[in-house]
Amino acid sequence: MPNVGRIVAVSGPLITASFNEPVVQNEVGYALLDGLRLKAELIRVRGDYADLQVFEDTIGLYVGGQVEFTGEMLSAELGPGLLGRVVDGLQNPLFELAAASGHFLPRGRYLDPLDRERRWPFTPSVTVGDAVLAGDALGTVPEGQFLHRVMVPFDLEGWWTVRAIAAAGDHTVADVIATIDDDRGHTREVRMLQRWPVKRPLRAYRERLRPEEPLVTKIRIVDTLFPVARGGTFCVPGPFGAGKTVLQQLMSRHAEVDVVVIAACGERAGEVVETLREFPELIDPRTGRSLMERTVIVCNTSSMPVAAREASVYTAVTIAEYYRQMGLDVLLLADSTSRWAQALREVSGRLEEIPGEEAFPAYLESVIAAFYERGGLVSLRDGSTGSVTIGGTVSPAGGNLEEPVTQATLKVVGAFHGLSRERSDARRYPAIDPLESWSHYLGVVSRSDVAFVRALLRAGHEVEEMMKVVGEEGTALDDFVRYLQAEYVDAAYLQQDAFDDVDAATGAERQSAVFGELVRLLRTPLRLDDKDGARRLFARMTQATKEWNRCPWGEASFDAARERLRALVAEVSPDA
Amino acid sequence: MHKAYVRLERIAGNVVAVRAGDATYRELAQVSWPGGSSLAQVVRLEGDRAYLQVFAGARGLPTDARVRFLGRPMRVSASDAILGRVFDGAGRARDRGPAIDDEVIDIAGPSVNPAKRVIPRTMVRTGIPMIDVFNTLVESQKLPIFSVPGEPYLELLARLALQAEVDRIVLGGMGLKHDDYLYFRDTLEAAGALARTVAFIHTAADPTVECLLVPDLALAVAERFALRGHRVLVLLSDMTNFADALKEVAITMEQIPSNRGYPGDLYSQLAARYEKAVDFDDAGSITILAVTTMPGDDVTHPVPDNTGYITEGQLYLRGGRIEPFGSLSRLKQLVNGATRDDHRPLMNAMIGLYAGYRETLEKRAMGFRMSDWDERLLRYGVGFEERLMSLAVDLPLERALDVGWRLLAESFEPAETGLATALIERHWPGVPA
Ligand SMILES: Nc1ncnc2c1ncn2[C@@H]1O[C@H](COP(=O)(O)OP(=O)(O)OP(=O)(O)O)[C@@H](O)[C@H]1O
Ligand SMILES: [Mg+2]
Repeated sequence: MPNVGRIVAVSGPLITASFNEPVVQNEVGYALLDGLRLKAELIRVRGDYADLQVFEDTIGLYVGGQVEFTGEMLSAELGPGLLGRVVDGLQNPLFELAAASGHFLPRGRYLDPLDRERRWPFTPSVTVGDAVLAGDALGTVPEGQFLHRVMVPFDLEGWWTVRAIAAAGDHTVADVIATIDDDRGHTREVRMLQRWPVKRPLRAYRERLRPEEPLVTKIRIVDTLFPVARGGTFCVPGPFGAGKTVLQQLMSRHAEVDVVVIAACGERAGEVVETLREFPELIDPRTGRSLMERTVIVCNTSSMPVAAREASVYTAVTIAEYYRQMGLDVLLLADSTSRWAQALREVSGRLEEIPGEEAFPAYLESVIAAFYERGGLVSLRDGSTGSVTIGGTVSPAGGNLEEPVTQATLKVVGAFHGLSRERSDARRYPAIDPLESWSHYLGVVSRSDVAFVRALLRAGHEVEEMMKVVGEEGTALDDFVRYLQAEYVDAAYLQQDAFDDVDAATGAERQSAVFGELVRLLRTPLRLDDKDGARRLFARMTQATKEWNRCPWGEASFDAARERLRALVAEVSPDA
Repeated sequence: MHKAYVRLERIAGNVVAVRAGDATYRELAQVSWPGGSSLAQVVRLEGDRAYLQVFAGARGLPTDARVRFLGRPMRVSASDAILGRVFDGAGRARDRGPAIDDEVIDIAGPSVNPAKRVIPRTMVRTGIPMIDVFNTLVESQKLPIFSVPGEPYLELLARLALQAEVDRIVLGGMGLKHDDYLYFRDTLEAAGALARTVAFIHTAADPTVECLLVPDLALAVAERFALRGHRVLVLLSDMTNFADALKEVAITMEQIPSNRGYPGDLYSQLAARYEKAVDFDDAGSITILAVTTMPGDDVTHPVPDNTGYITEGQLYLRGGRIEPFGSLSRLKQLVNGATRDDHRPLMNAMIGLYAGYRETLEKRAMGFRMSDWDERLLRYGVGFEERLMSLAVDLPLERALDVGWRLLAESFEPAETGLATALIERHWPGVPA
């Protein structure tokens, strides 16, 4: 007998229902309407009334209509076959949905996230009598380039004993592949497919470790100056059009990780389309396979229902945690966390909660903190490690970083890549502000070189500000050279051409080599007679370095380009 | 038949409450009283009380008005018979033509499945060089025209309606002055362009709520046309009036404002409309250009700001011209590589030199002496503004590119343009091929 309630109020995505049997906070309910079942989540209980946010358009619902409570929390389906998928915030597979329902997203139509028919070649890794804990592998199936671990259900507590295990052979995700029991008389059948409530962190690991190793994104300004760590967190705030999405797209292609989960949250459908149409055609140089094979796209674009937008980031992070559990490095990119925060605000407003700043709910900060806390580097019981690195864009109203979402995010992340309107207007991409941004993590190049360049950038900026007042004529040659040096580092190293095949992605070794060389050249004393001469020299150096950036690493042209750059500097070095 | 109710329990702003146990969320109702009648829409249900937003406004509404629920949401006809016609924000004929009720469809329907979209590849030619050459419009693109009152944005929209190479135009006017509406109608009529156009016009004198319906009516029709394989251009003006109507309604509904009085869902509301822009994998397309006037000429005002976060670039209309700096079509690189070999490099070279012209203007204003180079930049800049930037110019892309080369040749040596020698040899005026 399902637990059935009755609708007593409807307001936007929010419905209120009366109920008689007990209900559970965050459980899933379905509002029934002409044979449709509209998925909803219970988000508040007051007396005999439950408030539910409906993940679909609520048009047509009426007072007295039925709500079926399921007793189960909103969950993601986990198992082999997630990679390469494009799903909405509730994990509906979009291509399958298009095949079944045509051009539009019909409401109340939910398809299985994982293919129930597909057979996976299973290899057991335990034998009858083995003792196991939640999250331990029972066997593996190949998924793309990985061995996908089939794991003991994450919700189990304590030790369990394997009573039966399938022999090597083909199975669907719904087949029972093991039976386990515990000493309290419980028995559990294990399938490849399991469910996990998306709002609960998946913690079936041994311990959390400190993120120390750099995660190479191949974006020079990031890896060199404001690095990201495996298992760390970072945010990218910036006004519209400053390049947040392009930066995430570059990272999703080039970052050195095993799996990328893209959470397109409340942004443009067109941007998702670019990714989902292009990735299948692009080859991942690390594996020689299509980029799509390592990617999961969770997309709830801006015109899709707002409550499902809130769910989408949790669905995405749950999938990321699941692959971490297999000892893999996962990068979760969320664009844009502001849209997710706005979804919270919309629902909070309908609940008539007391608003905080800019009408965001008072719990905004803790919700944002809890989300980023789901990132992390962990060690697993078999001694391997896995990581979830989380990068979120932030879209501050009016480009003003003082607003609540940016401020709450800055408190909890390990790196801040602030995009500036000035830089993007000047087409200095990526428009990460080198003076305002910061990172707590270790990078890929020498620390003393980084300190040298940081100081140079600051000094150059000061000269630039001063020149605005006193003009070029009033500026000493030494100061002017400092300014030119800072501009040179910016143009030749920090800026990167996203549309050049070579320049778009710079590996760690190359960054280390090129950055070291630039610092060496910048430390070389120069014989410069006047400002025009200095300007000409740095213009030529910029040109030569940009050409060098376009030469493939390890090819003869790379070395030749470096020599041309060295020769330019040698011409004006006093010991020449 | 649906039951009628005759006692309004509450009237506040444009929202009335009636005890009606069988109302469904967002359905329409007909409200009538001795002095008039109006459509209304259910905006909230609470117990046996239904809250209705009255399209014509609640002014003069008696508490014993009759409310009859219609059991359906707002609909509009999308038949070809609506071409050439003008309707108001409630979908009624604004011209003297007959009502049209075949092929009616619900407005504000569900989102397109992203899996049914393709990466857009087709340019929309407009004959306006500042768009075609410098900020190429792409099918399925959504672009606002940021401007301020007094700028000729309606003239620009009218020219787009006349010249854009698309199959159909859907025009949505929100808070238009009546004169502006007549200007539009007459311009399109005189040019014989009405036949491919349908207009939904809300004027400043019409009820606020009807303003809110205009984009949904226009986009529902556009979507149906696109599904029939047509390339549709939707022109909207002024989205700031639309946002202000949202604000007004939200405040009377006692919603907590988030930013300068605008409701917290302003972004979602705007996005729900703009995201109707689409290029279908197996049908036509919708492209949207929407005038957004910036209160106080401030782009960080919530309306332009939220818009910028939704659209794919923006055009600034300032001083009667589409401003080359700040304006950006984010999708242009999808198409401008395949137009003519000189398109991209010429565009970049011309903009670079125009930036030099602007600097020279500043130097001149500060009283600096003008060098020969400055003089040539000045000549070039003035020519650029007159022969390409002026909204009076109507040239196909290729002719506009040719004009660009002539402008360069009149003021500069080939090497001064930074353009590749091979291109110069092919395109420099007067240089034998
Ligand atoms: N690294 C880059 N290289 C070249 N062009 C870039 C780069 N980054 C951004 N751009 C240009 O800026 C435009 C806007 O970038 P993007 O879409 O990433 O902005 P955004 O910050 O995500 O904006 P929004 O907040 O509106 O989503 C791009 O379409 C492109 O023209
Ligand atoms: Mg973006």
